[in-house]
Amino acid sequence: MINLFEVAETNKMIEQENLDVRTITMGISLLDCMDHNLEILCQNIYKKITTLANDLVKTGNDIEKKYGVPIVNKRISVTPIGFVGASACKSIEDFVLIAKTLDRCAKETGVNFIGGYSAIVSKGMTTAEELLIRSIPKAMKETELVCSSVNVGSTKTGINMDAVKLMGEIIKETAYLTKDKDSIGCAKLVVLCNAPDDNPFMAGAYHGVSEADSIINVGVSGPGVVKNAIAKAKGKDFGELCEIIKKTAFKITRVGQLVAMEASKQLNVPFGIIDLSLAPTPAVGDSIADCLENMGLESVGAPGTTAALAILNDHVKKGGVMASSYVGGLSGAFIPVSEDQGMINAVERGALTLEKLEAMTCVCSVGLDMIAIPGNTSNTIISGIIADEMAIGMINQKTTAVRIIPVIGKDIGEMVEFGGLLGHAPIMPVSKFECKEFINRGGRIPAPIHSFKN
Amino acid sequence: MKKAIITVVGKDQVGIIAEVCSFLAKNNVNILDISQTIIQGFFNMMMVVDISAIEKEFVDLSEEIDALGNHIGVNIRLQHEDIFNKMHRI
Repeated sequence: MINLFEVAETNKMIEQENLDVRTITMGISLLDCMDHNLEILCQNIYKKITTLANDLVKTGNDIEKKYGVPIVNKRISVTPIGFVGASACKSIEDFVLIAKTLDRCAKETGVNFIGGYSAIVSKGMTTAEELLIRSIPKAMKETELVCSSVNVGSTKTGINMDAVKLMGEIIKETAYLTKDKDSIGCAKLVVLCNAPDDNPFMAGAYHGVSEADSIINVGVSGPGVVKNAIAKAKGKDFGELCEIIKKTAFKITRVGQLVAMEASKQLNVPFGIIDLSLAPTPAVGDSIADCLENMGLESVGAPGTTAALAILNDHVKKGGVMASSYVGGLSGAFIPVSEDQGMINAVERGALTLEKLEAMTCVCSVGLDMIAIPGNTSNTIISGIIADEMAIGMINQKTTAVRIIPVIGKDIGEMVEFGGLLGHAPIMPVSKFECKEFINRGGRIPAPIHSFKN
Repeated sequence: MKKAIITVVGKDQVGIIAEVCSFLAKNNVNILDISQTIIQGFFNMMMVVDISAIEKEFVDLSEEIDALGNHIGVNIRLQHEDIFNKMHRI
């Protein structure tokens, strides 16, 4: 039988170390909502989402009470609207109308984000997908809870550099249209390479076409728990350090698995995957940076940071895969800047630069995330940053992403406040050297070779 | 049998166990095991209880026992045992 110490350990994780289930995300296929008529399409979307996800928030809250573990977010992901709207949408405004419909669905069901205002253009763009991408700035301005993502490359297809160039422009335009709110539109927009179909985390969540009609995906979290475990391993060698991370990740993931199975049962929707991600929040102690610093770094950004992150990322996965039957999504350690107080501190003390973050993304689970840069950064430099990150993903067969916020009207060192889980961030310097000619070439970067690995 | 774990943590005072136990009795909850200690003046108790016969919804019971804790000035949690089994047993 469970003993007092085990109960105390679990409750200490919850009460003092911010253990939570970060999100229950219901993936909903909108493929059967398609219609030539935009009005009917929007009605179908509204009806399907509000019917299937009607009890999502209540179920999440009930499970939270049943097990005494916080479930922070309840979210919805849908089939990329680039497919769904293809036959009905003839203009930017048509796509924005779908975005507004999704926003209404999110508000009606009480979820805090809905993802899937997306296009998968890793090889080429259809007319509809290009229209959707061009509608993103307006959609981000006119909706509150809709998240958008664009997949511009993959290991199998190479990188669509026309889309990379376009996304540089779109990010700037989104920043400009939402400049009254510190360009927050860009915090809901992410550019990906090798995007997974079953990711429950925003802003990159969408319900891929390879998925069933509806599924439950759960994103776990718990950097605070891992940090405290690492702190106890002070002075121990790497073998012991890795063992501690694995054991902790196992425990965290088992909670996620329990919540996922329960949600799946109560909602009568099949269980999809557990995403084993350590996702930080701006709360003190809930930080990936703290995990890395507790391994023995003076500050995140110091030499050794990439190695420390590689250890963390790999052992979170090793511990987590045994705890869950199906693992998917992004799985690993997220390194957003604005959502992690330790990262913010490292930027402010001058220890962490964009270039070091780029190196860290080679071994983290996603990429350059929630980074505020000066509003006067050129479109092509933003495209250049995206191209670099996509190349890392394409060559290394991993998911990479860029969620970067050029804050209009603000410059290096100024603070920007996004609020809530999105946090706050100091504006980071970006290289002033141009890559215009490179980006303006257009076309595709061919898929990489899969042999001769060096 | 459906089991749950109740934990009570707070400053020690007269009648904590009495209050909790009479609440459980009123709600048809059977106590299977109790372990309790005082650590530096703080009352720590864990109960394993059988909730098979409860008439209310588990969620409502959890809210009521939480309110009882607030009333007597201690922190009481009622959690389904599965969270502990999953985390600590393979």
